[in-house]
Amino acid sequence: MNTVAISVTINSRRYQLMIKPNVTLLEMLREELGLTGTKCGCEVGECGACTVLLNGRPVNSCLVLAPQVDGQEVVTVEGLAQGKSLDPLQESFLDHDAVHCGFCTPGILMSAKGLLDHSSNPTEVEVRTAISGNLCRCSGYQQIVDAIKDAKQTTDQKEKRRVHADTKT
Amino acid sequence: IVGKPERRVDSWGKVTGRAKFADDYNVGHQLVGKVLRSKYPHANILRIDTSKARALAGVHAVLTAADIPGSKVFGVVDKNQAILAEDRVRYLGDGVALVAATTKEIAEKAVSLIEVEYEPLSVVSDPEDATKPDSPVIHGDKNEFVHHKVRKGDVAKGFAQSDFVLEKKFKTQFIEHSYIEPEAVLAEPDEQGGIMITGSIQNLFSSRRSVAAALNLSLNKVQLVQATLGGSFGGKDEAMTSMCCRAALLAMKTGMPVKMVNTREESMLESYKRHPYVLYYKWGAKTDGSITAMESRIIADGGAYASMSQFVTWRSVVQATGPYYCENVKTDVYAVYTNNNYTGAMRGFGSPQVNFAIESMMDELAEKVGVSPLEIRMKNGFETGAVTATGQKLTHVVSLKEVLTKAAEAIEFDKKWIKYRNASKAEKMLGVGLACSYRGVSLGAEGTDAAETIVSVQTDGSVIVSSGVTDMGQGAQTQMSQIAAEVLGISMDRIQFLNTNTSRVADSGPTVASRGTIMGGSAAKNAAENVRKTLLEVGSAMVSVDPKQLDLRDNYLVNAANGQRLASFAELATECFNKGKPMIGLGWHKSPKTSWDEEHGQGEAYFTFVYGANAAEVEVDTETGKVDVKDFVSVHDVGKAINRAMVEGQMCGGVAMGIGYGLLEEFEFDDGIPKQLNFDEYLIPTSMDVPRIKTIIVENEDPTGPFGAKSVGEPTNELAAPALVNAIFNATGRRILEIPANLERVLLGHKLARHDKRGSEKKDSTDAMMVDSCKIRGEKQ
Repeated sequence: MNTVAISVTINSRRYQLMIKPNVTLLEMLREELGLTGTKCGCEVGECGACTVLLNGRPVNSCLVLAPQVDGQEVVTVEGLAQGKSLDPLQESFLDHDAVHCGFCTPGILMSAKGLLDHSSNPTEVEVRTAISGNLCRCSGYQQIVDAIKDAKQTTDQKEKRRVHADTKT
Repeated sequence: IVGKPERRVDSWGKVTGRAKFADDYNVGHQLVGKVLRSKYPHANILRIDTSKARALAGVHAVLTAADIPGSKVFGVVDKNQAILAEDRVRYLGDGVALVAATTKEIAEKAVSLIEVEYEPLSVVSDPEDATKPDSPVIHGDKNEFVHHKVRKGDVAKGFAQSDFVLEKKFKTQFIEHSYIEPEAVLAEPDEQGGIMITGSIQNLFSSRRSVAAALNLSLNKVQLVQATLGGSFGGKDEAMTSMCCRAALLAMKTGMPVKMVNTREESMLESYKRHPYVLYYKWGAKTDGSITAMESRIIADGGAYASMSQFVTWRSVVQATGPYYCENVKTDVYAVYTNNNYTGAMRGFGSPQVNFAIESMMDELAEKVGVSPLEIRMKNGFETGAVTATGQKLTHVVSLKEVLTKAAEAIEFDKKWIKYRNASKAEKMLGVGLACSYRGVSLGAEGTDAAETIVSVQTDGSVIVSSGVTDMGQGAQTQMSQIAAEVLGISMDRIQFLNTNTSRVADSGPTVASRGTIMGGSAAKNAAENVRKTLLEVGSAMVSVDPKQLDLRDNYLVNAANGQRLASFAELATECFNKGKPMIGLGWHKSPKTSWDEEHGQGEAYFTFVYGANAAEVEVDTETGKVDVKDFVSVHDVGKAINRAMVEGQMCGGVAMGIGYGLLEEFEFDDGIPKQLNFDEYLIPTSMDVPRIKTIIVENEDPTGPFGAKSVGEPTNELAAPALVNAIFNATGRRILEIPANLERVLLGHKLARHDKRGSEKKDSTDAMMVDSCKIRGEKQ
């Protein structure tokens, strides 16, 4: 099979790749680029473990072909933290014990990130809807929902604290 | 530190994508292993021709059973499960041949080129049919392969004393574990002629025994390393043993590393399930609600292989009459072979099935006597000092009534139960339901019960903990770390936990039966106490204070009386090293004695028990049969919560899985052919199906556990289904006798099955005893 050239930005890094057109985005991330944080659970778009952000929107990377992301921007779980500093969403997951076995976690984090980037103060129903395509067998979802709801507060509170600190100085 | 909601020791890696699950391990020049599985649920293999597959470029090996140098079969109880089928396949998931190739595409192509000639045999897919004389026999000379009994008093006398008899037949379904991570291993030939396998393995030591036997290697040549496990729930035991053996065979044959990863379809096709049970319950009772006789006959579908059926059904026989007083008990539990997927360990391990029957019967009894479901349980429920059906006197704190009362109060049970019961018929009907249970902790009289944990202090005061007990996401690593930190008086950030490696810790048995905390945790406590003793002795010489007057607190050696800091933990650790003292603590824990008399079904089955209660509130759509769970309360006496957040997490997760069991999930077979192979058809609860769950932790500390802790993993998963069906009864007056309580059963009282012709429908069950589920409250029985 002939390969095609694609150019894609993943976690702020530019990649130029020659890839077979039948390779999925999930396979490309895991097998070509070694970004194994994104998980493979069902390969039919049901479990959501492979969720990544494509141009800011959560997608099942098992249902996207690699050539489709040519010229696009992808963010995976590896792109959430800035160096050693975790995203408030990740911190919130740690604080709420929202991580059990952790296999669904990367996908849920990306679905939640997609929600929080576009919704300032999501309700319980909005949070549950946003992760309804992500299956978790361990947690019963409760701590995950709480972590996502609180993550935004944490961000806002942090923002407030920062603003407060700025005005003091 | 114990009792606090500390962050999990493994969670940083899991939110950053750094955690390495089995499929995330890769090495250079690894081959891809694939399995050819059976074409029929039951057939003789006449001929296997692998020549075309071997000839394909890129193929390094094609193996059949003939190529296995050692034992061709494995099994914990009966070694009758084939690594690769030799002359006969017994279910559709049986492996027939293996391929190792340079790429997945070539491996799959090679699998398709293997020619197998079968002689199909007649199939038995129903456990009750399997005991009939005309049934095909799957192993040996009969399909019944387990019979456990419990005998107490005289049931004939008990029924004679009764005012009335309640008799019901219940059925439960196959359940797929549905760990989100499919099975995966990487097998690498090592430098000494042995093999190292890294994988998603729950019970490393039993898998290691089978790999060693298959390859004719001694145990020290087979190193199994646990990768971070993406859920297991009892499921990554034999399913991983077969995968480990196959990958190891390919790796040893080719001399190359071999990776094997199941697709979801392969996983569901081959892996074992939770046993479906057929349960015949007959109780004699008096008009005051007391129970004079309990007779139960239970048939478990063991599927194609023995697996853990012996142990699963033993727990069922011990717990089959619930936490209720009765002088006359006769229980028989059988396991039979069929051509369905084999069945084995799954969270609950023989209790979800019997609890569904017991707790449904208890509500039927309340209905007959004319009291509330809470009242009937308070009347019959065990108290401290009660003697169980197996003749065991319960000397620990029996908190059954405490957990029941708390669950009932939290959901306002009595008030709602009356209100909903008397509500006039509407499109949406509300209902509340209760269920409670007692559960034996750890393995009990099933087998030897011991575990090892190692605590190793480094010269800078950091600590490494490792154990033979595995973490599959439940948090065992964190619990053991917290216990070690508590004993050593250090903060959690000082501790690094290592994944289990069979060559570096002692065989600690399987991480099953909710024994992680009580066994691994007790061993961690012993290990840390051993190091602590050394540290205090060294500290005593260092600061010239009697060791009895010293303590370890907040990363310091302190004066026990006034808390004065005498040296930092790091200084103490360095001093220990300089003095040449051992800085490693080996902790071993063996559980208290249990006993069992198989012939009479009597004995001290478990060294202690836990108690739990669930309360559910549902809304039933009487036009569609859809059940929405509106509210849920989960109450468990865990002895002592080592980590409250993790205990609450176990409770929420257990309830969610229980909601799946009660309302949604069913792995179905059509004459031995599975009907669901991925999550598009096998439906597990999503975030929209699970309500907010109120969790209530009760703590009656138990001397048999570390800091009084007992267990929580499985009890949380064994009560939701009966609480839900009892709530449906409160809402609709319809008694669900077969789970899941899906739309058809709730609306029509029976399941529908497809006719061969599309668009037509038929009743699945014409069973006289099951037709009873159509009976509405108040109708003549």
